[in-house]
Amino acid sequence: MKISQQEVEKIAHLARLDVDDELKETLAEQLSDILDYIDALKDVDVDGVTPVSGAAFMNNVLREDEEKPSPGPDVTLANAPERDQDFYVVPRVVK
Amino acid sequence: MNLHTLTIAQAKDFLDKKEISSVELTRAFLDRIDKYDNTISAFITVDPDLALEQAQQADRIIAKGENQAFTGIPVALKDVLCTKGVKTTCASKILENFVPQYDATVVEKFKAQDAVLIGKANMDEFAMGSSTENSAFFVTRNPWNTDYVPGGSSGGSAAAVAARFCSGAVGTDTGGSIRQPASHCGVVGLKPTYGRVSRFGVVAYASSLDQVGPITRDVTDTAMMLNLMGGHDPKDSTSSPEPMPDFLKGIALFKEQGLSGMTAGIPKEFLSLEGIDPDVKKMFENARKTLEGLGVAIKEISLPHTNYAVAAYYIIAPCEASANLARFDGVRYGVRDMDANDIMEMYKKTKSKGFGLEVQRRIIIGTYSLSSGYYDAYYGRASQVRALIMDDFKRAFESCDIILSPVAPTPAFKIGEKIEDPLTMYLSDIFTLSCNLAGVPGISVPAGISSTGLPMGLQMMARHFDEMSLIRAGYGFEQAVTKHPEFPEL
Repeated sequence: MKISQQEVEKIAHLARLDVDDELKETLAEQLSDILDYIDALKDVDVDGVTPVSGAAFMNNVLREDEEKPSPGPDVTLANAPERDQDFYVVPRVVK
Repeated sequence: MNLHTLTIAQAKDFLDKKEISSVELTRAFLDRIDKYDNTISAFITVDPDLALEQAQQADRIIAKGENQAFTGIPVALKDVLCTKGVKTTCASKILENFVPQYDATVVEKFKAQDAVLIGKANMDEFAMGSSTENSAFFVTRNPWNTDYVPGGSSGGSAAAVAARFCSGAVGTDTGGSIRQPASHCGVVGLKPTYGRVSRFGVVAYASSLDQVGPITRDVTDTAMMLNLMGGHDPKDSTSSPEPMPDFLKGIALFKEQGLSGMTAGIPKEFLSLEGIDPDVKKMFENARKTLEGLGVAIKEISLPHTNYAVAAYYIIAPCEASANLARFDGVRYGVRDMDANDIMEMYKKTKSKGFGLEVQRRIIIGTYSLSSGYYDAYYGRASQVRALIMDDFKRAFESCDIILSPVAPTPAFKIGEKIEDPLTMYLSDIFTLSCNLAGVPGISVPAGISSTGLPMGLQMMARHFDEMSLIRAGYGFEQAVTKHPEFPEL
């Protein structure tokens, strides 16, 4: 599966990554190799096989909707790169 | 007495008898770290004052006769486990300033017994890698030969145990990240059954594959650590309600009954793989003979989808990783690019500068495989193949109790040897990946030294929640194999 540099750019944007031209080229090559290898999966007969999302043998682990103690904003915002009272400050979102 | 040579079980015995103190034991390790970790670089963070404080507290408890299994025992933690108030980086620049405000459940369990948390161990960034070369900070060196990698991603933890910088260590395993470095460093590494150990507070790489497990000097210590670490945790909804036996009973069982009655299966697909080092083949053949000598019935089994495990893993894990790592965006924690003019620029610059190359590569593979038009062909199909792999194991375990294989196709490779070619690196995980895809437990036990002086491990896998068989067989095997030398001289 050949991945073009434009595709790398498009996927990088989806993943919110900035890829410079050199990296775009390297990644396009490496990803093409990896996806080529992964293509082998299409040889497997998966007819009627239910996909499995993991090895946990449980479904819908629920609990009572009870309020439990919360650490509070000072703990929650302790690692905030930029903070204003109980808010995280971020660069402009809406243009 | 050279305190650093004691195993967890031995140290506990001497602490109980008050022949040594936790402060003495901790100091012995801190001295060794001070002397040798410049060369090995197993640790990202060591806080000697904090460790000695914990040791003093442990000694107070021991004096009162109230000590538990791990009171005063110095343990290293892979830097992917959240430790309250202690920097936790996942070996990534994006978290280089991150200080968790709570402890992972596993960490809480060690603290509840007043263990000494001696340091945070180096790893491949966000647990992505098989050599610890992907750490954003530095490479950890294999204590057996410092030109070689310790394996990964729990390379720091495994090296710390092999170099005797701690009594034992905690690692995580998503595709082999405990077992492979344990194999390369000549120590014991166990990946428990998926759901056996809580993942709460463990920074997630691939949520359906990650498991936390012990890395120790011997199988007795493995059983002790699993006893402490395992058990249902309501804070982890993938944590299993399966009851916890006393895993030391596995050793007692060996002492009473040996391994008679056990059957071991060797997958024929594993033996026909290319690229297996002759020393590894010899080790495996000797291991098989050793187990036969101990009364294990050996038979050939089949895991028909073996050849698709690497492909399935390298879709599923990156897909899950792309979702899990989306949270590192500079908004709420970690490093943020402060020069950005708007939110999109901030996200992109923060992530691109903060994540290393392998992490970015896997995020992109994952994003691609989950993107519109590709989801069914890649992630959907990989999940179906995963179901088939789980069936393979189910069927195999109808006729055997444990499955045997080498851990890695070669002993440790040289630092820098494989890092340029990601696909070659991925292929070296062939023996360990299926275990995570199926969720079964697996252990690596030291099984020999290569002609180049590097350790090689034997892998045993068992049915879900049957770590007991791994402890029993692992212990029996360990006792029958002579390790020359047992630990490297630094």
